[in-house]
Amino acid sequence: MSLVKLLVLLAVAMLAALPWVVGSYLVTVMIFIFFYAYLGQAWNIVGGYAGQLSAGHAAFVGIGGYASALLSMRLGLSPWIGMWIGGVLAAALGAVIGYLGFRFGLRGFYFVLLTVAFAEICRVIALNVDAVGGALGLYITFTGNPRQFQFQDNRAYYYVALVLMLAATAVVREIERRRFGAYLTAIRQDESACEALGVDTLRVKMLAMILSSFLTGLGGTFYAYYLFSLQPNAVFGIPLSVEIVIRPIVGGAGTVMGPLLGSFILSPLAELSRTYLAQSGWTGVHLIVYGLLLIAVVLFLPQGAYPALRRLARRRA
Amino acid sequence: MSLLEVSGLRKRFGGLLAVGGLDLSMAEGEMLGLIGPNGAGKTTVFNLLSGFLVPDDGEIRFAGRLLAGLKPHEICRLGLARTFQIVRPFPQLSVLDNVKIATLARHPAMPIALEAARAVVERVGLGTRARELAGGLTLADRKRLELARALGTEPALLLLDEVMAGLNATEIDAMVHLVGAINADGVSVLLIEHNMRAVMSLSHRIVVLSFGEKIASGTPREVAADRRVIEAYLGEEYVHPAQA
Amino acid sequence: MDPTLVGQGLLSGFLFGGVYSLMAVGLTLIFGVMRVVNFAHGDMMVWGMYLAWLLSVRAGIDPYLGFVVCAGALFLLGLVIQRGFVERIVDAPHEMQILLMLGVALVLENAALVAFGPDPARVRSPLSQGTVWIGPLFVDVARLLTFGLAMVLTAALWLFLTRTELGRSMRAAADNPYGARVIGADVPRVYAAAFGVGAACVGAAGALVSPILPFQPASGLGLSVTSFNIVIIGGMGSLPGAFVGGILVSVAESMGAVFLSPSMKELVSFGLLIAILLFRPAGLFGRTAS
Repeated sequence: MSLVKLLVLLAVAMLAALPWVVGSYLVTVMIFIFFYAYLGQAWNIVGGYAGQLSAGHAAFVGIGGYASALLSMRLGLSPWIGMWIGGVLAAALGAVIGYLGFRFGLRGFYFVLLTVAFAEICRVIALNVDAVGGALGLYITFTGNPRQFQFQDNRAYYYVALVLMLAATAVVREIERRRFGAYLTAIRQDESACEALGVDTLRVKMLAMILSSFLTGLGGTFYAYYLFSLQPNAVFGIPLSVEIVIRPIVGGAGTVMGPLLGSFILSPLAELSRTYLAQSGWTGVHLIVYGLLLIAVVLFLPQGAYPALRRLARRRA
Repeated sequence: MSLLEVSGLRKRFGGLLAVGGLDLSMAEGEMLGLIGPNGAGKTTVFNLLSGFLVPDDGEIRFAGRLLAGLKPHEICRLGLARTFQIVRPFPQLSVLDNVKIATLARHPAMPIALEAARAVVERVGLGTRARELAGGLTLADRKRLELARALGTEPALLLLDEVMAGLNATEIDAMVHLVGAINADGVSVLLIEHNMRAVMSLSHRIVVLSFGEKIASGTPREVAADRRVIEAYLGEEYVHPAQA
Repeated sequence: MDPTLVGQGLLSGFLFGGVYSLMAVGLTLIFGVMRVVNFAHGDMMVWGMYLAWLLSVRAGIDPYLGFVVCAGALFLLGLVIQRGFVERIVDAPHEMQILLMLGVALVLENAALVAFGPDPARVRSPLSQGTVWIGPLFVDVARLLTFGLAMVLTAALWLFLTRTELGRSMRAAADNPYGARVIGADVPRVYAAAFGVGAACVGAAGALVSPILPFQPASGLGLSVTSFNIVIIGGMGSLPGAFVGGILVSVAESMGAVFLSPSMKELVSFGLLIAILLFRPAGLFGRTAS
């Protein structure tokens, strides 16, 4: 077994053992790290590898969460099933946005705006349609029943989040090794050249968008059944999209480890800021730090922290 | 059987008639040179053939198949590959990985595509640079890479757009040798070139374009002596070194 | 539907459009001259509003006078941002530029949050108390004044761009940066000035709006999106387009609020944006963006 594989297994084993060794607060922080690493990894497929910057990925979280919550509340459908339906619905929206964007040749800034517009439309609709909860949103009654995607013990959520993060990372790793991943990386650099080499760029980008939005939609169910509430402004809003996007960008968009590294760096930061500063009226400080980090990354480490670390390691070797 | 049949090809950009009713044909294994002054419409013809532009009128038949409405990647899959006048390597990928993108078109499995790419890279003489990033190559090597990529898609017809431009004499000789070898292996080549020595020595036949119209076609010797060609483009009678 | 209500909405929308125009003109100037999309535009405007508020509350200066200070302060901020950050990534891929300005937006918005708190603020101007009747319709004096001053500022900007050397250099750089350099324009200086002027426009717009509407740090995003809407509709880089677009969008929003519910009017804006993005991204007046 190669050294890398051994290290990975060791890391996973340590993470698996962690909840039995540390206190409940740290477990909560880790859940936060894993979950946003998961969302970031899902975004990474279309935003990092395909290079299509989406600032509206919160829409997929919202759709996934609302779908499974509503299906559970109104039809008694277990969220374990509703989760997949939510994912498919999110993927459908992703397909629409992707098709409109790619077919009409929207790149860069225009594509970003398109994604923001759709996310905001979802938010306004959720805010104003009382049938889906309106301005108050949806509240999920706590039963602690695992069949309803609810757990008494924080540690169960920990393992679910860990599995999500590992699964998404495995998916991205697999993509990177295959033709799909090679095509994505090439498309990001020069689409026309790709077309001339037989790459159906529309199809590849659509696939990336659909996969990314599907996975993000799955995450919506976790969000709903971990926080027990879905607020339109929180779950469809730009702040959540920012949280999703910033980890892979700081950590390294278009790399497997980027979103993970980014989340391990930024999530504790956000959590600390929220815990210690929010009380004394300093809400938003962690967002200032996000902003400064974003600026710093663009100016000094445009490929993100992970590639920079790798270069450093290579230089030492 | 005719590999490429173009009839009545027409393309207009606003007030400018870039290509006006062009007829062209190529046989299998042929090397056809396309020459003419700048702005004659040569690259436009390439864009029309490869699907990057939609013709206003006319028909393009490749290997018996009409190309109307097909997207560039579909045309590439059919066996018609092109290079760009201003080369477009993937700057952050190595030479090998650049070519790999091309070979993946025919070999979806990574390991096989990689092997095929290695072979093509060796073939064009970039073997020693296989792991270098494309962004750091010299112009001559980038031109080779551009050629290698198109070759990687295993085309029946290769469109080369000014592949000698910007190269010095030694590099041109090497490129001529390479293109000749590729053609000898069975790949038909349609060559846009300004370097007369290269075109005249490589091509079986030549077509001359001026202001979107074909003004002459024939063997290199015939074309070089053609009065209209001399007036429009050559300036004076071009005498091939072999004839002098 | 009561025609007076519609008329009222039209008038109100038209007058407010003056501010939208000024805001959009600033954005399109920045884009037109240096192809940078200022994602922090709305957040800069919010700072204009808060500065006006500070001047009013701490120094007793009416926003209809203080807007000059706000414009000046935002001009400096624009210079700093351009020289300090934007200039360094002039040749970088567009995604980098977008992310940079998003970072700036985050910093500005949350700095305002930390400094002023999340609750809506409002500026009281003694002039905002009066109303004036125009036929069957009435309008706040404040709105009229805001519109008037916005028009004056837009006219001043137009004069600046057509009559002064710096202004003409800006237009030259917008048309052809390389050519501008060839004829001796100091392009980096022009870029910095353009960003500064664009920021000044939005700072003034913010100050002029502050007596009319309540505002909070979170307003920044909505204003940015509205600015983009307007500029895309009018045509990226087109000053007349931004001007006309501002009035158009304001009237459309106003009508949206009259005929649909006020909260649904945002749907109108976004729907319009998507339609324009798909079918005419060059906008009404625009040339194709990069």
